[in-house]
Amino acid sequence: MAAATSGMYRKEKSIQLKSSSAALYNNLSVLPLPGRQLTCFSTVHGPSLSMVTADGLGFSHRQLQAKEGGMTVSTSLLTQAAWCVLPSRVLLVLTSQKGIQMYESDGSIMVYWHALDVTEHPPAQAVFARGIAAAGGRFICVGTSSGLVLVFDIPPKGTNIMVSEVLERHCDAITDIAAELGQAPDGAGDLVTADDAGTLCVWSTGEEFALLSKIPAFGCTCSSVKLWNGIVAAGYGNGQIRLYEATTGLLRAEVNAHARWIYALDLAPQTGKLLSGAEDSFVHVWKLSRNLDTDDVEVEHCHGECVTDTQVCGARFCDPEGNSFAVTGYDLSEIFRYGRT
Amino acid sequence: MSARTLPLLFLNLGGEMLYILDQRLRAQSIPGDKARKVMNDIITTMFNKKFMEELFKPQELYSKKALRTVYDRLAHASIMRLNQASMDKLYDLMTMAFKYQVLLCPRPKDILLVTFNHLDAIKDFIRDAPGILNQVDETFRQLTETYSCLSAGEFQLIRQTLLIFFQDMHIRVSIFLKDKVQNSNGRFVLPISGPVPWGTEVPGLIRMFNHNGDEVKRTEFTTGGNYVLPQREGSFDLYGDRVLKLGTNMYSVSRPVETHMSGSSKNLASHAKENIVPNPLAKEELNFLARLLGGLEIQKPGGSETGFRLNLFTTDEEEENAALTRPEELSYKVINIEATQEPGRRAELSRIMGELEVAEPRPGSAGKGEELLALMDGL
Repeated sequence: MAAATSGMYRKEKSIQLKSSSAALYNNLSVLPLPGRQLTCFSTVHGPSLSMVTADGLGFSHRQLQAKEGGMTVSTSLLTQAAWCVLPSRVLLVLTSQKGIQMYESDGSIMVYWHALDVTEHPPAQAVFARGIAAAGGRFICVGTSSGLVLVFDIPPKGTNIMVSEVLERHCDAITDIAAELGQAPDGAGDLVTADDAGTLCVWSTGEEFALLSKIPAFGCTCSSVKLWNGIVAAGYGNGQIRLYEATTGLLRAEVNAHARWIYALDLAPQTGKLLSGAEDSFVHVWKLSRNLDTDDVEVEHCHGECVTDTQVCGARFCDPEGNSFAVTGYDLSEIFRYGRT
Repeated sequence: MSARTLPLLFLNLGGEMLYILDQRLRAQSIPGDKARKVMNDIITTMFNKKFMEELFKPQELYSKKALRTVYDRLAHASIMRLNQASMDKLYDLMTMAFKYQVLLCPRPKDILLVTFNHLDAIKDFIRDAPGILNQVDETFRQLTETYSCLSAGEFQLIRQTLLIFFQDMHIRVSIFLKDKVQNSNGRFVLPISGPVPWGTEVPGLIRMFNHNGDEVKRTEFTTGGNYVLPQREGSFDLYGDRVLKLGTNMYSVSRPVETHMSGSSKNLASHAKENIVPNPLAKEELNFLARLLGGLEIQKPGGSETGFRLNLFTTDEEEENAALTRPEELSYKVINIEATQEPGRRAELSRIMGELEVAEPRPGSAGKGEELLALMDGL
């Protein structure tokens, strides 16, 4: 199964969580802090976030309750959490039914709160924020259930965060947002947004964001998306992974990857390894490359792992080479870790 | 999350409740006409027009406790009575069965087929009562109207909302353990073989295209799963083959209702933690209950009808023991009415809750297993 050259991943010591992971897309965030030899993990459980810091010897836990702004009495469910790494600072961003919260990276201080306008929606329509990514060196982009992408301008320090732009090109709820992880070719965008219908938009970031290409829906939700060296990797509800050219929106590869709904993709920027996790209880590692002669995009299967009786809802690489990854699943109070020996 | 979840949750849990009651009524040899009356009364109440209207209004889901109160009332809509331990067990069985169906349903949209399987079976329970059949068909029509226009993504949000509702429930159910679809730790077994969902390809193929869109390379890989393509899609029509078996009646005389009540100690601990968190929802939840229960028209058993008590356990001793040994953190009890400050609301709820505390048919009579027999003799 695994190509001999790539080496096998083996199961390592898993991490116990204080609460189980919810069945939400991309429900695992990993922040490696190589300088301090620490790795932070977080998953969403209902209205709270489980955070674990691993220092090689042991684990320290922290539960973050979603604090809501305003006078509202009801708790709201979290939809996603992600660390956003900007050159100047790292913020932990939480999305929920009520809005968007930004914390210092350790979750200690809330630096910003953005409420969603619940009243302007018809009652049958779910209201939430979902899809989080740092982009363009100083922005954090967050999607909403009405298809908007809010662009926040993040100062190097302090709480003076502002909405600098609202991107209105999606008609369905945003599912995921990804920034370029490698080197964008000339003219290619550096941000991709995905929605419930499967539409993808490729943007170039800057003072004003510009839409470069729109990849039309084909009837399947795109639950997770990544962007690497001008290649868009998208995971869908029908179990497929599709690779598109970011500049033109052309389909370059189609992988019948999973037997059920894909919940998570991740990409290791230094090697082009792609990680996928789905409800079928499998995680797969793929390798993306570009044929230098033909400029074609190539993809090969490197490794498959069955996480027995677990509908995978989160999967992330733990290092930029993709030599280790972490996985969690619905109803599971554990993060499984795998590494290459 | 999705405000369209409650009708599906209520109807499927209700369907599971009826399967279990039907099986226990037979096991306890309740006379045919009495058993039929109980099923008819409960189904009539469940599909009451006013109640369905409340149910289909867009709204958030509330806690397991709040919903338990609704089923408590529903189960007592006829001449049958259940005590606390049997009601707990009934609710555990219902919730675990539907959790399994939601978890396993191939596409998020297939939750609708699971619901139709329940409705089809309910219609069979009342096939001789055309008036009630019409009520159920009316609900079927409402389901089609509400859900047929939803996208796959919206169905996934409904499924995710349901999974959050069922999260951390790991009660072991003997029928699932015997069928090897549940592990001893309470987690369900996920198959990695059989048909893939409708519209999904069997994993294993990679196709690559050049700049002109021509396929230039094709490779295969092995997944460790053993999947096949599905033969056909289930029917979403009023009558039709649903294909999917999830949501059909899994109980029979040879496959009786039983439960193991313990979760693993770790899971129990997480339950405990959940319960001590102060619940700011309490007020909204009570409003919800008042609205919903207001739509449930309960007919008080008439003077001429003799009531009876249904036991979800094999013997009364078992039932008593279950009541004593049930872990505190798994207790649903009744919602704390003091939580609301509005006197009017509180009075209304007290009234509703009061009505729920139904007396045993003949308190103080013989007791134990003889009680029911005595009742039967009295007919």
